[in-house]
Amino acid sequence: MIEGARWKKWIWFYLPLGAFIVALLFPFYWMVVTTVRPDGELYRPWNHPLYSPFWTSHPTLDHVKNLVQETLFNTWMWNTMLIAAVATLISLFCGVIAGYALARLTFRWAGLLGTAIFVTYLVPQTLLFIPLAEIIRDYRIGDTPWALILTYPTFLIPFCTWLMMGYFKAIPKELEECARIDGAARWQAMVYIILPIAVPGILSAGIFAFTLSWNEFIYALVFLSSPEQKTVPVGVTSELIRGDVFFWGALMAGALIGSIPVAIVYSFFVEHYVAGMTGSVKG
Amino acid sequence: MAKVLLKDLNKFFDGNHVVKNVNLEIADREFVVLVGPSGCGKTTTLRMVAGLEEISSGDISIDGKVVNNLAPMDRDIAMVFQNYALYPHKNVYENMAFGLRMRKFEKAEIDKRVRHAADVLGIQALLERRPRQLSGGQRQRVALGRAIVRNPRVFLFDEPLSNLDAALRVQMRVELKRLHDRLETTAIYVTHDQVEAMTLGDRVVVMKDGVVQQQGAPLDLYENPANRFVAGFIGSPAMNFVPATVASGDALWIEAPGVRLRVPPAKTERLRSYAGRRVILGVRPEALRPANGTDSADYSFDSVVDVVEPLGSEILLNVRAGEAAIVARVDPATRVNVHEKVRLALDPARVHFFDASSEAAI
Repeated sequence: MIEGARWKKWIWFYLPLGAFIVALLFPFYWMVVTTVRPDGELYRPWNHPLYSPFWTSHPTLDHVKNLVQETLFNTWMWNTMLIAAVATLISLFCGVIAGYALARLTFRWAGLLGTAIFVTYLVPQTLLFIPLAEIIRDYRIGDTPWALILTYPTFLIPFCTWLMMGYFKAIPKELEECARIDGAARWQAMVYIILPIAVPGILSAGIFAFTLSWNEFIYALVFLSSPEQKTVPVGVTSELIRGDVFFWGALMAGALIGSIPVAIVYSFFVEHYVAGMTGSVKG
Repeated sequence: MAKVLLKDLNKFFDGNHVVKNVNLEIADREFVVLVGPSGCGKTTTLRMVAGLEEISSGDISIDGKVVNNLAPMDRDIAMVFQNYALYPHKNVYENMAFGLRMRKFEKAEIDKRVRHAADVLGIQALLERRPRQLSGGQRQRVALGRAIVRNPRVFLFDEPLSNLDAALRVQMRVELKRLHDRLETTAIYVTHDQVEAMTLGDRVVVMKDGVVQQQGAPLDLYENPANRFVAGFIGSPAMNFVPATVASGDALWIEAPGVRLRVPPAKTERLRSYAGRRVILGVRPEALRPANGTDSADYSFDSVVDVVEPLGSEILLNVRAGEAAIVARVDPATRVNVHEKVRLALDPARVHFFDASSEAAI
């Protein structure tokens, strides 16, 4: 904390903090305002005498109604949720096991393999979708949820593996050795001792993986084509922007509602999540 | 209840030979302490006994059965780790019960054993707590309890007291000794602290660079060290070493700058062949005292006081004699001042000589 006069504290602490909060929350606020603003106000030119960009005097839920009734938004939500959940579970399972192996089993090339897995994470999706598109066509899973459920792990597994590897390394190996002397086989030591301790790490990896798949855009855009298969980010942008006409109210309503599940997941696990990030196992 | 036998044990780590031909026979109910500086291979040896490290060559047998390829869980041993390795997500009770649950003991039996061990260690009140809510000494007790409940054939201790503060360490040392007397189980204890080794061990094994330097009863090691390393490692303050030359004349003399002593009769025979050669003279601080008029000049020398460390029960005099820095442990009533000259007499029966090149005791 900054010592000294009160005004100093205002200048060096509260003011920057306020600016930071405004900058972070403004897009969200804009989203909310646009969602509840009637079309009449929304398309009012800037030089109109009643132009008021930052608030509305006639809030309405018309855009939400439009979104839910006239588009396939509910289907998109469901698709996104299903794809994100399944892709996360697959990636988490593989990531935990691979991370454990890389952190604990000392085999040849373990270090190299760890680096190799990380490098695959660095390959940009904007390049990777080209070969993946071919694979998806060959296996005839284009335009199905499987196209995403099976491709999201290509970036989620390296990510989960890497995160879990770091977490497992932070757990003293004596715990496991002690368990093995106590009478546990290696897998039992992992299941009964290491995994329960690693729960914060697993949760962080899960939240991250879920958020990444929820927000993913390129693969969803390329691999899905029919409206009823789309995810929220792609559905909203492709169905509510027709040519050069932006249905701003419905677009923002979709963005707002689409961001709620992620926010809920975050706030639900936030304590574990922070513990996972700081990676502390205190004895 | 078990005999443990280590035969020609070797361990290589990435081409480093860290344990070299260790042979050790541990009797049933014996408390053996492996002691040495860090990196001497003592912990690796213990971990090989536990089954946590593979054996490069040699055999380990428990009660006559070779256990080289047995998993840790099948060796019927218990180990106490330096950092205690308590399971942070389990309470004290579950920490102690885990080993029994893994071995499919009945609930009633588990409960009986855990409560009994908690009684023995005085931690009945802590059974519901998590490890993070315990103090260092309490964690130590839980770690011991977890080993006790299993009633294993062999206890392994890997520097269990080194994370405790000094006062607690002394207290736990006594408790460990009492516990071993009560449990009558074979124990192998690893430490770098020679005081722990001396006080706990029925037998002490001193290791350095992967090689067993000497093994024996604590006092035997103290009085008859096999080489300079053991002599310097056992005992605190450490033994004084003075490089010197053996001179012959009417009798054998040992000479260093500023110090000229007669070789005690008991050692004359063995030192005769060293005449004219360099040796290392070893004298424990407690074998030195200020000389009085009756002391023979053959066994005393002049020195200048450098530092005086009064400890209450004794005074440590750091003196210089010629080029040698020497520590003497003298009576607390002794009155000496810094820079004062003092003549020190030594006990001829407690003088050691070491070969200057091999450092083996002569």
